[in-house]
Amino acid sequence: MMGYIWGGMVIAAFFFGIANGQLQSVAEAALSGAESAVTMAFSLLGMMCFWSGMLEIAKRSGLTDWLARLIRPLTKILFPKLSPDSPALRAMVMNMTANFLGLSNAATPLGLAAMHELDKINPNKDTASDEMCMFVVINTASISLLPTTVITMRAAAGSIDPFSIILPVWICSICSVTVGVIVAKYLSRRNKRRRF
Amino acid sequence: MLHSLSASVMPVIFLIIIGFAMIKKVDIFDAFLCGAKDGLKSLFSILPALVGLIAAISMFRASGALEFLTTLLSPVTRLLGIPAQIMPLALLRPVSGSGALAIVGDLLTSAGPDSMVGHIASVIMGSTETTFYTLAVYYGAVKIKNSRHSVPAALCADLTGLFVGTWICYLFFR
Repeated sequence: MMGYIWGGMVIAAFFFGIANGQLQSVAEAALSGAESAVTMAFSLLGMMCFWSGMLEIAKRSGLTDWLARLIRPLTKILFPKLSPDSPALRAMVMNMTANFLGLSNAATPLGLAAMHELDKINPNKDTASDEMCMFVVINTASISLLPTTVITMRAAAGSIDPFSIILPVWICSICSVTVGVIVAKYLSRRNKRRRF
Repeated sequence: MLHSLSASVMPVIFLIIIGFAMIKKVDIFDAFLCGAKDGLKSLFSILPALVGLIAAISMFRASGALEFLTTLLSPVTRLLGIPAQIMPLALLRPVSGSGALAIVGDLLTSAGPDSMVGHIASVIMGSTETTFYTLAVYYGAVKIKNSRHSVPAALCADLTGLFVGTWICYLFFR
């Protein structure tokens, strides 16, 4: 999929470059683009290290576990059929906490562990259960405490207030997660009514 | 007021993390170094993708193809009230994380980080995920073939992010 988009962009650049007589600047753009990718990565490097370091501290001190306990009540609404101490629920809660803190390296293995636990209690092996759908939808919608990457990129681009987007990001992610959850709940109920 | 509140979020989080760890007597500097090393690794692992994508996007823009695409999409975006420059980001965001990152970087330098487009791009990037990648990885891991209502629900969430992200910027940054 990504191969087609990427290849398409390069091919389109060639033909549009010829049509607009801009082939010279297309060539220059390839060089400067590759260079600016490195500049961008380096501008992100410091913050990425610092934030990952901070999060490792949070993980070792047990702050993540504490946060996970804090969101337990919410999971009762999202996954009403699971018992509060099922291994699936525990893995999902840890995954959501990791995502919330921006620990994406830790979140994916936890999420996959949760999917395996959900798979064990799924009666139809090749069809997603309600819990799986809900969990995946929450994961695709992303709620994060600090959008550090974007903040750093804004700072690197010379923003006068790189942090200004924090509150809008929170509101925006809460809205999109809420819509995702409501649609998932609604569709799962409608499907059931149709089947029985 | 709002802006100083946003800026103080980060130091407050640092304070909570460090304070909690000190109470729990964690070897904080060792933990920090360990985590920072992981951060370093994960950034270097996306560097090749960034180089490829940013180079392609720069070529795409320099050739005039991006302008053509945004003009082509402008009737749709005008109807939806979304700036046309945001559309490539909105289309690529669910498919590729590093691709979206490359577009945001491009928009932040071409339109400016404090412009309306810069703000909207930042908010959308910060509040959405690489939907199809997540779907593929999670369902692929447990060999689910029928994902039922996951895709429509996840796309509804993405669309909400696009619209709310745009509107909220018009509200916040006039």
